[in-house]
Amino acid sequence: MSSKDLAISIRGISKAYTLVHNGLKSPSFREVIVDRLKHPLRKQQTETFWALKDVSFDVKKGEVVGIIGRNGAGKSTLLKILSRIVEPTSGEVDLFGRVGSLLEVGTGFHQELTGRENIFLNGAILGMRRDEISKQFDAIVDFAEVDRFLDTPVKRYSSGMYVRLAFAVAAHLNPEILIVDEVLAVGDAQFQKKCMGKMDEVAKGGRTVLFVSHNMSAVEQLCNRIVWLTDGQVHRDSHDVETVAREYLFGQDGHDNAHWIAAEGEKGSEYFDLRRIGFESEDGSPLPRAVPNDQPMYLVLEADVETLDSSLLVGYTVVNADGQTVYWSVQADAGEDLTPPIMLGRNTLRTRIPSRFLNEGAYTIEVIACLHHRFWILEPGKSGPSITFSIAGGLSESAYWYERRPGLTAPVLQWESLTAEMAHDRKRATEF
Amino acid sequence: MQIVTERAAEMQEPLLTIKPPGLWSPFALREVWSYRDLLWALAVRDVKLRYRQTALGVVWVVLQPLLAAGIMSFVFGVIANLPSDGLPYFLLSYIGMLGWQAFSGTLTKASQCIVGNSHLVSKVYFPRLILPLSTVLSTLLDFVVGFALLLGLMGIYGIRPQASLLLLPVLLVLLITLAAGLGLWVSALMVTYRDLQYVIPYFTQLLFYASPVALTLSAVPEKLQIFFLLNPLTGLLEAFRWAIVGRGTISGIAIAYSVGVTVLSFILGAFVFKRMERTFADVI
Repeated sequence: MSSKDLAISIRGISKAYTLVHNGLKSPSFREVIVDRLKHPLRKQQTETFWALKDVSFDVKKGEVVGIIGRNGAGKSTLLKILSRIVEPTSGEVDLFGRVGSLLEVGTGFHQELTGRENIFLNGAILGMRRDEISKQFDAIVDFAEVDRFLDTPVKRYSSGMYVRLAFAVAAHLNPEILIVDEVLAVGDAQFQKKCMGKMDEVAKGGRTVLFVSHNMSAVEQLCNRIVWLTDGQVHRDSHDVETVAREYLFGQDGHDNAHWIAAEGEKGSEYFDLRRIGFESEDGSPLPRAVPNDQPMYLVLEADVETLDSSLLVGYTVVNADGQTVYWSVQADAGEDLTPPIMLGRNTLRTRIPSRFLNEGAYTIEVIACLHHRFWILEPGKSGPSITFSIAGGLSESAYWYERRPGLTAPVLQWESLTAEMAHDRKRATEF
Repeated sequence: MQIVTERAAEMQEPLLTIKPPGLWSPFALREVWSYRDLLWALAVRDVKLRYRQTALGVVWVVLQPLLAAGIMSFVFGVIANLPSDGLPYFLLSYIGMLGWQAFSGTLTKASQCIVGNSHLVSKVYFPRLILPLSTVLSTLLDFVVGFALLLGLMGIYGIRPQASLLLLPVLLVLLITLAAGLGLWVSALMVTYRDLQYVIPYFTQLLFYASPVALTLSAVPEKLQIFFLLNPLTGLLEAFRWAIVGRGTISGIAIAYSVGVTVLSFILGAFVFKRMERTFADVI
C-alpha cells in the first residue's frame, strides 16, 4: 500500500502509567514531604500499568473504523494519544491530515454563557477557526433546533437542548480525520437517530473516522472496519464488522464474566456484603456465558450480613448491549409473605431470570442493594459488581423465528383462536 | 527519473508525527499562532463571565481600582501619614495599584489557569500555552480601562503627563512578563500539588507589602530599603510611577536587577511549563 492512501499510521504505540503504592491517593505537597521524612530509606513501591502495549495498525483514507473493547481495554488511551491529549511512552503515529476529536459532547460549554456564545467558544475549543464557525452558524443552529433560545444562557436549557446544541457544533467540525468517543449514547432516541445520520454522512463523504462505541448496532451500521482491543493490545482487526461484533457480543474473548467473586479481604457494607454472583442452571451448575433462551437461568447471590435491617432491599438490573435498562427486580417485589428472609451471617439468595423473555443479545446484570429511603449500598450505574451473559438462539419454538427479533424483549406468549373455539362450541351444540 | 518522481509522490509527508516526549522540545510558537482564535475565545469568555449576573456589571472594572486606591491612601497616607513626593496620596496609590494589579492579576489568573480548565486539558488538544496567554488579555483590558481613568484623575488634579509616559508600555510588558514567568511555573506545579492554590494568595499579599505600591521607596526606613530592593517588583513599580508623573527616585542598578530577574523568571517558568506540559492530562 502506498502511503498516499494512508490517513493514520500507528507504529508500536505503548502507554505506561505508574501506580504508586504508598497509601497516599492524591498526595499533597506536605504529604509527600512528610512521607519522605518518615520513611527516608523506603523505596516507593510503584507498579507500571500498561494501558496500551505495542499497538500497530494503519488506517486508510476514507475508512470508518470502529474501535471496541471492554472498559479498561485501552480504547480511550488510544484515542487520547491520537488526539494528542496524552503522549505515548513509546512508538510513533503519523497523521496525514487535520484531526478533529470529539471525546465528549460539549467540552468547554459554560453554563453562564448563551447558546450563541457557547457555539463560538466550543467551536474554537474543537479547533475551528472563527470564520469557519460563522459560516456554519446557521447550519449548527438549525441542526440543534434551538434558534429561539440562542440568547439564553445554556444553564436554562433542558438537558436535551444542551446535548443537541453541543453535538451540533461538533457535527459541523470538518476535519480530514474525525475521532469520536461514545458520544452517541446521549440524548433521546430521535436525536440519536439524527446523530447517526450525520455520522453516516461524514463517513460517506470520504473522511476517515475512528469511532469508539459499546453500541454494536451503531458500529455495524457505520463502520467498514473493526478493531477490537483487549488488555491494551489489538485482539482482532477485521473488515468483517458483523462477525467480529457478534463475537464480541457473545463473549468469545476468553474472559469469563458470567460469575463474580469478591476479592479476598475486601469488605463491603455491614448490611449487605456481596461475596459472589453466580449464573447457574436449576441444579446449581454454572452456566456458560452464552445460553439459549429456553434454558432455565438462575441468578445466585451470596452475601454476608452483620447488621440486620428490615428495610434492606436487594435486587438486580438487566441492561442490554445498547445501554438500555430492560428491567429491575427486587427481592421484596412479591409481597411480605413471599419475601425471602435475610439472616445474620452468610445468605444465599436465588432468583429465576425469566427464560423466553429477553431478546437475543448481550446483557449485563448489575446487583443493586439499598436501605430503603436511606442510602444505596450498591447503586445502579455506579460500576458495582456485575456479570455479563448473552442469549443466543432458542427464541421460540416456531420455525420462522429463531434469531434476534425487533424489540427490546422477545417474550413467548400464548395465542388462541376464538373462531376455532366458537366453531367447536357450535359443533357441540348441533350434536345435542 | 520516472522512478524518482513516483517515489516522491508515494512518500507523502505526514502532516504530523506523534512521538514519545524527548528531553527538550521547542516552543511551537507557530502552532500557538494558529490557535489564536481559541486564545481570543477564551479571553472573551473570561471577560464576559467576570461580570455576568452582577448588578453593576462593567462598572466594577472602574470601581475596583478606585476603591482599592481609596483604602490604601487612607491607611498609608492618612493614618500612617507617609511622604508622597509631593503627589496627592490618592493618585500615588492609584498609580501603584494600577501597576500592581497588572502584576498580581496576571500571576493569580495564570497560576490557576491549568487546574481551572482541567476539563479542557483532559479532553481536547491545543497548545497549553494558550491558557496562560489568554489570561493576559483580560489583564490588559483591565489595564486599559484603569489607565483611561488615570488620565481623567490626572486632569482633575491638574498634573500633566510626562514624555516619559512613552516608557510605560515597556514597563507594563516587564511587569506582566515577571508575573507570567512565575505564573507559568506555579500553574504547572499546581497540576500535581494543589496546595499551591492556597499558598499563592498569601504569597501575593506578602509581596504587596514588600513592594512600593501605596508608598514610595523613600518612605521606607533606610535600613529596610535593601529588602525592598531585593524584590524585583520594586524597581519596576518605582519606574512605573516615575514614567507617569515624572516624580520619585529611580536607580539604574535597581532597574537592571529587575529586568534581569524578570527575564530569568520567564525563561525558567517557560522551561518548567514546557517540561511538565505533556503530563498535564495524565495527572490532572
